[in-house]
Amino acid sequence: MDALMLSRIQFAVTCMFHFIFVPLTLGISVMIAWMETRYVMTGDEMWLRMTKFWGKLFLINFALGVVTGITMEFQFGMNWAEYSRYVGDIFGAPLAIEATVAFFLESVFIGLWIFGWNKVSKRVHAISIWLVAIATNLSGLVILLANGWMQHPVGFVLRNNRAEMVDFLAVLTNPYGLIKFGHQLLSGYTVAAFFVMGISAWHLLRKNEIDLFKRSFRQAAIFGLVAAILVALLGDMHSVEVARTQPAKFAAMESIWETKKGVGMNLLLLPDVTAECNLVEKFCVPNMISMLAFHDPNAEIKGLKDIPKDERPPVLPVFASFRTMVGLGTFFILASLLAVFLSFKGNIESQRLFLKLLVFSIPLPYIANQLGWVVAEVGRQPWIVYGVLKTSDAVSRNVSGIQVAVSLAGFTLLYTTLGIIDIYLLFKYARKGPETDISELIHLQGRA
Amino acid sequence: MELSIFQITWFILWGFLWGVYFMLDGFVLGLGFMSRFLAKNDTEKRVLINTVGPVWDGNEVWLVTAGGATFAAFPTTYALMFSNLYTALLLLLFALIVRGVSFEFRGKIDGAPWRAGWDTAITISSFLPALLFGVAFGNIFEGIPMRNDFTTATFAYEGGLLSLLNPYGLLTGVLFVMLFAVHGSLYAAIKTTGELSDRAAAMASRLWLPLLVVAVAFLAYTYPATKLYDNYLNSAALLAIPLIAVGSLLMLKVSASTGRLHRAFTFSCLTIAFVCFTGVAGLFPNLIPSSIDAGSNLTIYNSSSSLYTLRIMTVVALIFVPIVIAYKIWVYRIFRSRITNEDVLGDSEAY
Ligand code: HDD
Ligand code: HEM
Ligand code: HEM
Repeated sequence: MDALMLSRIQFAVTCMFHFIFVPLTLGISVMIAWMETRYVMTGDEMWLRMTKFWGKLFLINFALGVVTGITMEFQFGMNWAEYSRYVGDIFGAPLAIEATVAFFLESVFIGLWIFGWNKVSKRVHAISIWLVAIATNLSGLVILLANGWMQHPVGFVLRNNRAEMVDFLAVLTNPYGLIKFGHQLLSGYTVAAFFVMGISAWHLLRKNEIDLFKRSFRQAAIFGLVAAILVALLGDMHSVEVARTQPAKFAAMESIWETKKGVGMNLLLLPDVTAECNLVEKFCVPNMISMLAFHDPNAEIKGLKDIPKDERPPVLPVFASFRTMVGLGTFFILASLLAVFLSFKGNIESQRLFLKLLVFSIPLPYIANQLGWVVAEVGRQPWIVYGVLKTSDAVSRNVSGIQVAVSLAGFTLLYTTLGIIDIYLLFKYARKGPETDISELIHLQGRA
Repeated sequence: MELSIFQITWFILWGFLWGVYFMLDGFVLGLGFMSRFLAKNDTEKRVLINTVGPVWDGNEVWLVTAGGATFAAFPTTYALMFSNLYTALLLLLFALIVRGVSFEFRGKIDGAPWRAGWDTAITISSFLPALLFGVAFGNIFEGIPMRNDFTTATFAYEGGLLSLLNPYGLLTGVLFVMLFAVHGSLYAAIKTTGELSDRAAAMASRLWLPLLVVAVAFLAYTYPATKLYDNYLNSAALLAIPLIAVGSLLMLKVSASTGRLHRAFTFSCLTIAFVCFTGVAGLFPNLIPSSIDAGSNLTIYNSSSSLYTLRIMTVVALIFVPIVIAYKIWVYRIFRSRITNEDVLGDSEAY
């Protein structure tokens, strides 16, 4: 394999790995900040024990998010030198801004939060976790504006052998990036909500700390319901934006081969890529896709056959990922609706079947997240910057296939090892449950 | 004209970011690989790790920022620096990844083999970046074998990983290792108590003479190996920078031998920052010179972003860098007290 293919695989591996840890951070930091705030406001020690328990899991997860992030920062230059040179005038700015504005805030105040229990007042301690939560969400905004620019480039001209920025405001207010951010943030919240619900369910099934986990469960259920509904709404807006700006991706997502007006949605669909048609099309909801994409039942949708072959993305992974993501999204809405309902009825601990279902649902939002990225990134191929730069022109020319093969092997080995350890630790501390005696901690806080 | 003012501004900022990064992460790295020699038992190891616990991530972000700033202000340099030095940076990356998780993971499971494993990981993953940064900067000072044509945007690299391991590059690597070893030991001395602190202070004093020897060798070898001194010959005012570096190195020893460890640590900070500034000021207006063709040098003029982008980035930096510095100082002050054995043993959050 050549350096290009290997670099693409490496980028996918390192991104997807970074993105196992990031979504939980985005959501759970906010939930923990809320728990600690409740503790400061009410003085109820159960909130403090919740803060500590979920905080521990947050930190184990956070560590890998941080270290894998450095790879992300370096590899644009390492593997995509032509890309970095060509669009650095625009793309470099958000990365630098992210570091200065978000990462400093996050890394400094997470240190204060972990080690500062007896150094600052309760109130300042709670503020520091809020700053961490805000900073992580802010870093998501900036990086997604950068990614949004690659999907839908705005505010630039081609000049001096490269793309140069002429309108920073357009980059900041790029609707593609902003919708992406909203959708992403809420999908992170969904991950966190199902994580907290699932682990609480596990403990409730074993009748551990029933009060504490019922409280955690209820908070997560409400958080999850709101997030799951909004993630779908923003997902719909996202599809509209894709249909408008990237017809090839949209056609691949829905597996539409012929250009037609008033396209319906087939609930059952099986594309045949070589024959350029769909093998199975069943249960059609008439005009649904035209309606969703352009809010007009008769709108025309461009089919893949009208897009030159070398400008089409791989159809199957994009289509299958999109379907699965949307299916999972629907499941999350139903599951969190039921969770809210049952936890307000008050006897959630006796709904054993549902609790078991939630334990096994923990990985699902993670999967939905990964699949979403496959839609976004594979669907953009063969472009790295849509309509401006092809992926094949973006790769580093002075890096050999062997170098990338070695680095890819290294990353795979290192990441697999760290991933296993991290997930093992998450299991270990999730099972262990909250500390029962926190008088020491409260005593420490009193000294601050 | 206006463009060049911004290019120079970003050159200065670029040097500043690297200097601050080395000054801050230098003691974390140094303490990391010196902890093997400083700590006598597990509790002492934990004390050492916990002295950097609250700050290591924040220090590492200076590297992320230096990288990001290179990308935003000098994209061509970012692209060529990172791809030409691919394998060296890969090793660096792996080391930084392992170091970060070691701090977090070490204390999460009880058991001697687990801890011993992470201790080894900390030693190696702290030593390697110190050496590699030195080797990389040594090579940047010398220039790397690249042929660049800026009008057609074609760039070729004629070196390999082994070509980086030339004598001057290695000497700079050793210099960085020695600087960080002394720096880390001094940090350990001012952040711990009792015997551990005394041992760390003694270590710093003992390493000072070898450091001085390496530093003198480096300054001497720089003359034939690089063109860094040209700028100093042209404008003598610049000589203040290396003079501060050398003066701080001497004052470090004076302060340490009279037992003023905080002051010694401050001088060690200055030494590291000004060693870095010395190199960077010598490079100007190059960011990375070519060792085979002067026309291929990456300069601030042929590799920078557009005026528009540089302006925006300047505004961002002027607003946020001071804020960052302010809250970092505030947090350092909160954690100014020394760490004792009791602190570590009694705190369930400690690493
Ligand atoms: C819990 C996770 C989750 C869930 C339930 C959904 N999504 Fe999603 N989706 C993501 C997580 C995600 C993501 C990981 O956050 C992506 C990847 C890239 C991005 O910015 O967001 C994404 C991307 C993404 C894209 C591609 C964007 C692009 O091309 O740049 C579309 C069109 C949708 N989503 C639409 C939907 C719809 C209509 C959903 C209906 C329920 C939905 N998503 C549920
Ligand atoms: C916002 C930050 C991101 C940026 C700027 C970005 C940019 C890129 C770039 C430069 C490539 C390599 C060239 C290519 O093959 O297109 C790529 C590919 C890819 N990225 Fe992203 N990415 C981001 C986030 C992510 C995340 C978080 C994931 C996964 C969870 C992801 C999944 C992928 C995949 C699967 C590919 C491979 C596509 C292919 O080569 O066919 N990306 N992206
Ligand atoms: C390709 C683009 C990306 C780059 C260059 C990048 C870079 C980084 C870096 C350098 C860190 C470590 C910061 C530290 O040391 O504290 C980090 C962590 C983080 N990144 Fe990424 N990242 C990318 C993609 C993303 C995306 C798409 C998101 C979210 C939407 C994201 C969100 C985060 C968050 C929340 C953290 C904090 C640590 C954690 O989550 O565990 N990043 N990233």
